[in-house]
This record gives sequence, C-alpha cells and structure tokens, in this order.
Amino acid sequence: MTEKITAKDINEQDKALLSDLQDALANCMKCGNCMEVCPVYKEVGKEAAVARGKLSLMEGVLKGSIPLSAAFDAAMSKCVSCKACTAKCPCGVPADELILRGRQAAVKARGLHPIKKKVFALLKNRHLFDFSLRMAGIFGPLSFKKIPGKMAALARFPMPGMDYKRVTAPFASTPLRSQYPEVIKVDRPTMRVGFFTGCTINYIYTDVGQSVINVLKENNIEVTMPSMQHCCGTPVYMSGDVDSAKILAKHNIETFDSYNFDYIVSACGSCTEAFRIEFPHLFHDDPKMSAMTEKLAKKTYEISEFLIDIVKIDKTKLGPVNATVTMHDPCHMARGIKVTKQPREVLKSIPGLHFVEMKAPDRCCGSGGSFSLGNYELSRKINDKKIADIASTNADTVVTSCGTCRMHLTDGLFQNNMNQDALHVIQLLDRSYKAGHQK
Amino acid sequence: MEKHHINALKEIVGEENVLTSVEDLYCYSYDATPGHAHMPDAVVSPANTAETSKILKLANENHIPVYTRGSGTNLSAGCVPTKGGIVLLMTRLNKILEVDLENLVAVAEPGVIVADLNKEIASLGLIYPPDPGTVATATLGGTVAENAGGLRGLKYGVSKHYVMGLEVVLANGDIMNTGGKNVKDVSGYDMTKLFTGSEGTLCVITKIISKLVPAPEAKKAMMAIFKDLDNAGKAVSAIIAAKIIPATLEIMDNATIRTVEDYAKVGLPLDAEAVLLIEVDGNPIVVEKEAEKVMEALKANHADLVQIAKDDAERDKLWAARRAALPALAKLRPTTYVEDATVPRNKVPDFLREVSSIAKRHNVTIGTFGHAGDGNMHPTIVCDIRIPEEMERVYQAMDEMFKAAIALGGTLSGEHGIGLGKLPWMEQQHGLVTMNAMRSIKRALDPNLILNPGKLVGEC
Repeated sequence: MTEKITAKDINEQDKALLSDLQDALANCMKCGNCMEVCPVYKEVGKEAAVARGKLSLMEGVLKGSIPLSAAFDAAMSKCVSCKACTAKCPCGVPADELILRGRQAAVKARGLHPIKKKVFALLKNRHLFDFSLRMAGIFGPLSFKKIPGKMAALARFPMPGMDYKRVTAPFASTPLRSQYPEVIKVDRPTMRVGFFTGCTINYIYTDVGQSVINVLKENNIEVTMPSMQHCCGTPVYMSGDVDSAKILAKHNIETFDSYNFDYIVSACGSCTEAFRIEFPHLFHDDPKMSAMTEKLAKKTYEISEFLIDIVKIDKTKLGPVNATVTMHDPCHMARGIKVTKQPREVLKSIPGLHFVEMKAPDRCCGSGGSFSLGNYELSRKINDKKIADIASTNADTVVTSCGTCRMHLTDGLFQNNMNQDALHVIQLLDRSYKAGHQK
Repeated sequence: MEKHHINALKEIVGEENVLTSVEDLYCYSYDATPGHAHMPDAVVSPANTAETSKILKLANENHIPVYTRGSGTNLSAGCVPTKGGIVLLMTRLNKILEVDLENLVAVAEPGVIVADLNKEIASLGLIYPPDPGTVATATLGGTVAENAGGLRGLKYGVSKHYVMGLEVVLANGDIMNTGGKNVKDVSGYDMTKLFTGSEGTLCVITKIISKLVPAPEAKKAMMAIFKDLDNAGKAVSAIIAAKIIPATLEIMDNATIRTVEDYAKVGLPLDAEAVLLIEVDGNPIVVEKEAEKVMEALKANHADLVQIAKDDAERDKLWAARRAALPALAKLRPTTYVEDATVPRNKVPDFLREVSSIAKRHNVTIGTFGHAGDGNMHPTIVCDIRIPEEMERVYQAMDEMFKAAIALGGTLSGEHGIGLGKLPWMEQQHGLVTMNAMRSIKRALDPNLILNPGKLVGEC
C-alpha cells in the first residue's frame, strides 16, 4: 500500500495548489463530448482516462472525497496533452491545462515519475545536459544499432526507462549548434532571426536544423543560434514541475532578449508554443519578466508559418521533388499555436510533390512528448491507428513539424514493417531549393 | 457488497475488468445530469452475453443493485448508481455483427457508438436515423434503452421506430430474444418496444437488431427569423398543412437567440422572438419543390427574414446558429440542465411563452430551443449548483415548467428519459393506475428489484 496523502495535508502545504481551480472545474457539465476525441480514452476505455473523469477526480480531491493517491497520479499522467478535449468542449473548459494543474498537485504531493525525475534533473543543468547528450552522440553507436537509411536506431541492450523494442533516433555525434558558428552570415541580409533549435533538433535531428538554416540562407536571412539557449521547458512543464519549467523559461527569455532579433524561429510546434503561450502564462503575474516575455512571444514563429506569412517565399526558385507526401499535424501545432495551413502551403509549393491528406491528420500520434517514456505500450496503440491512416494514403513520405512526433512515427512505421520516410516539412523544402539550383 | 462477491465477479470477467479502487469508482458515480452522484461498489465490464448473464445471476441471488451504463451521457441520472452495487459497463461489447443489405437491417452489440454505426453503413448508402446530440459518443445500447430521438425525429422517428429485435439478459440471468428481422411481426406482446426505453430497469440489452433506411440524396436548409412568436408557430403549422414533413424543423426562443448572438455573432436580430431552421431532404427534384413550398409558407406567415442555403457552405452557416445554442447557453453559468419537456406541435408557442414567464417569475435563466416539428423542446436552465438559494428557484421553475407541459397535453420527456430527474412528476402525468401497471411490469420481470432500482417508476 502506498502512503495516502489527503487533500487536507496538501492544502496545508500549498493552499492555492488546486483550490483556485474550483470554478474552472465546476464549468465541466460532464456531457462527455471529450470521449469522442480523446486518443487515450479510445484505447483504455475507462472513465479515468478521459478529461471528464480526470476533472471529476480533481473535484473529488478538492472535496476531500478521494485522496491525492498514486492512482490519482497515474490517472493524471495518462494524458498526451493533445488538447483535443479542450478544442471539443462545448463549455470552453481548458481541460488540458487543468490536467496539468492536477499533475502539479501530484508532483508536489508525491514527486515525479522516477524515470522522468532522472531525465529532468539532468535537464535543469545546462552544462551537464549538454555534456551527457554529446557523450550520447559519441558513444551512442555502442548502445544503439542504426537502422540503415533512416534517422533511426534500435537499442542494443535494455536501457533504463526505454522499451527494448522501441526505435528511437540516434544522438548526433556533433550537435547542430557545434556544426556552425553562432552567427551564420549571408550577404546583405534582409533580416536577422534567432533560431531556437530545441533539444531534439540540436542533439538528435540535426538534419532538420541544417534544412532550417539552408532554407533561411536561401532567403537571405541571417541566422543566429544563441549558444546559451537551453531546453524550452515544455517536457517538465507538461509533467507538472512548474518550478523547473520557470527556471528554464527565464534562462531562454533572457538569452534571446539580449540579441534583439527581428524574429525568433523554431522548427517545432511545442517550442514555438512555449515562447508564444507558455512563457507569458508562466510569468503573467511577474511584471518585470512579463513585458520581456510578451515582446518575444509576438516575434516568435514556427518555420513554415514564418516562411509563408512573413518571408513570403519566392516559389519560382523551387525545383521538383518527386514524392507522394502525407502530413501529420502535431497537437501543439494544430491546437496549440493553431498552424496547419502554412506547412501544407509549403508542401504544395514544391513542384512534382503529390500531397495526399490522411484521415484525421491532426489526431495525436501517441507520442505526447515525454508521455511515451512512461506509457510506451499505450502510446504504441494510439500510434498504430495513425500508422494505419498513413498506410491508407499510399504516400511514400510522411512529414510533420515536431521532433518527438517524427521519432514516434518512425518507430511506428518500423514496428508495422513499413518503409515510408518520416521527415520534417522543412527538409522537403530544402531539397526543393537544392533541386531548383540544378535547374 | 462483500469481498467474495468482488472475487466472484473477477472470476467471471477477469481481474482487469473489475474496477474497485476509490478513484475508479468515483469516475462512475455520475453521468451527464447535474446534481446526482453516488459511488458504486464495483464497475464490471463483461465481454459478451454469457458473462453478462453470469453477473446478473450473481447480483440477483445476492440482491446487489445493477446499473447498466454505456458512455454515461444520460441526461436524467439514469446511469447514476444511487444505491451502490454494480455499474455494468457495456462498452466492451462493441462489434457490429452484421449489415444485412437484403433486409436493410443491422445487428450490433450495445457498446457500438451510434456515429460509428453510421460511418460503417454510409458507404452502403444507408443511415440509422436516431441522432441525439451525443451521437458521436453515446452507445447504441444506451440510446435504445433511453429511446433516444434527435434532430430528425419529425420525419424519421426515434429509436423505437428502428429497433426490430433485441437480445437481452433478464434480472435472473436468463437470456431472452425478442422480435427479429420481420417487418411485420404480431406474434405475442411486443417485448421489443417494452424494452426499448425501459432505461435499464427491466433487462440488460446485449444485442440490437435495427432497421436501416436509404440515405437521402439531397438536402436543403432554410432559416426564418420572426419578430412575433405566434407567426413562427403558424409557419410551423402551415408547413405541415402543406403536407411537407421536413427532416428538421428547429426553433430557438428569444433568450437563446440573444445568447447565441452574443457568443457566436451570427447576425441574428436581438429582438427576434423566434428563429426557425428547416431542412428538407430526399429525392433532389422533390427537395427543390418542397423547399419552395416551405419558403412560401414562411413568407405567408410574415417571416421577417428568410434565407435558403444554395450550397454546403451556406447550409453550414444556417446551421451555425442552431449548433451554437447549447454551447452558448452552457458557457453562461457552471451548471446546465438540458430538459426535454414535449408538447403537441400546435402548443409550442404557448409552451415557449409559459417557460419565459416562469423564468422571469423565478429569476432563472432559461433558454429554450428544440424540435418545433415534433414539439420536443429543450428548455435549458443555466445556474450554479453551488448556490443553494438559486437552486431553490431553479427547482421551483422546473416544477412549474413540467406542470405547464402536462397541462398543455404534453409529456415530461421527449427523448432524454425519466431516470431520477423527472420522476417526481410521473404520477401527475400518468395517474396512479398507469403507474401501478408499470410497477407491476417491473416487479414481474425484476422481482428482487436489482435493475436500476428507484428509477423511472420509482420505488416499488
């Protein structure tokens, strides 16, 4: 039996922890419309898996009817934060945010999931984090077996916190930011942008980072990758560890503010959402940080959005890429920053590219960022549906705009014996520019 | 319930299909009805009819209450386990067993989501018409047990018009089959109709044989705005008198119009007393002709503005106001009661006027929208259940509203069921003789009173 901590104990520790949520929770009319769209509920089939159940549990804790128990913690953690429930809710209840608050309560009461705890402790220390992931890149081949022709690898032996069969991406032997100078100059730049690489692009999918840089250079844009940038904090924030998330956010805000860029660009929906939505939210009651944060939020763009809405790329420079392509919309793109049209416009600008829409392209792939670390089997089941949808398009390539989605799709394709490429949208545009030069 | 009962249930359905943790039980203490919640002792999910039968046998022998549940979207507290015991979760029985194209019949398990059945048969050019607001989440079993209706009730009818046969498990665990694929069938009492709408009080449905109909080839939507409620009422009568049965004939009252306009900004005039949304469907040539006649009827009855959708995009625009009705009202206050008192079609304006005067009298916010064509109204009360003084007024308004519906020759519930929510007014509507007859049926089929006890017919 795990030790049960009651609401009373918690309230003594931190009275404001959940109690300010009472009104927000009361707005849930329990219609259950969230059941239609929740990817976790579709697999698990139990009320505690869906937003209606989770919000009820939080109400139960607040009323003192149920304890802030390990089972409460487990229920809160079974959420991919895909925001589909929030988008569906007729009462406008921000269920995804409330579930995060539930996690925060659980974290305060019971601590983080042990695997996440280890990973996140590492994350908070930038030097140690950087060192560890560089080492992973150098020594990675010893522990991971690369899958030929793909940015993918299988573990050679069981790793803590990782499913043995799971395909991940290999750590880069040289991180992206070490492959380039901090400032990548171009002749007569039209603007200066700061590239927030995010962790997956810096340490794993350096190919995406290279494409971002190539494409921006093609458009005469000076790119800077501030060397002091660090994880955006979304993984810790999503796990309910707000204090750590604030430390990371503050570091990044101050770092990027000091450069005075025209724009900040990221190639990941979650990282963009962090700058644009999460950071202002974290510091809304801190006047000193708030102004700086709002300023940065306004000039942060996801790469496809930036190219279409701000740069307005010259499509005549593009050469043919012969591929049949379908697209998966990451949750934080579709329902976070609400960017779905621009990546499609990028794809449709590419000559020779045949675009096929899959069924429900914005349904979660099951990755849920670090959700899949603690819930691999469940995240696989959710992913199998996505993979079946990809298969039915007969596309040879699936693109997305998020590193962890790409990794999870790659794993899913491998587990289902499929040979499609999983890439970032920007990589196809990069190829198209290259083909344009050969014209 | 005792430990050995739980163990016996685990023996029947397997350990992982019996939930007993306080957290899990808490999640099955409610449905979509405000103000009713009670913890069950166990949540049990059978995989098939045989397991369901064993569970009921055990429950019956030990006098354990059983509350059958699908997706738990019930609006009359029908799923709430008010006396503890077992919540019988039927969602694992979720297979469409057969689509019989020669007889236009589907055979499905109760856990199938209604929208999923429609997705499955859409490519065959067929529909299963009952479409309650929760069509994307509600189970077929739940909608049959509640005799759910929906937006197309006027032309297509409700669940009971589609259920041709059932496999059910009786309270003692016996498995019983009713009806079948016969279009005509007068052999014996119509047990299929009795069980359809029995709200889990007489049996547990384990298989449904349902009629399917050809999907309409064309649709045409129209909207009319009325400054005068009586003209809207007359327009509804005129459409029917012109021998047109629209698939949809919806009305929204002034309170709803104001709320929708405030929320969705669809361009409705705030002083309008009623908005009608009409949709005719069927053969494309007939649809065009009917739409013309509907437009004539609207104009002849002094509609202040009429619009007809030329294409799908315009159709969506016309529907936007109606779709926004519930979300807009629900966002006003934390607690939402969606009622479904129903009156004869020609009494709709009278009922709407009654409801708005009741709302004023008790200072309660009620927006009414609903299915004008079949008289099924949805007076939607928004309030805050945490404020006792306000709830006092809400209950008084509710009481007067139901009495008003009965006085107009109406009924307590058009499609949501009685459950607990409308139980207090049952005798007023039906009288003691009818209530006793219903209770006799209940006692005959469920002598130990284990199935959803205390609901629909009350304590027996």
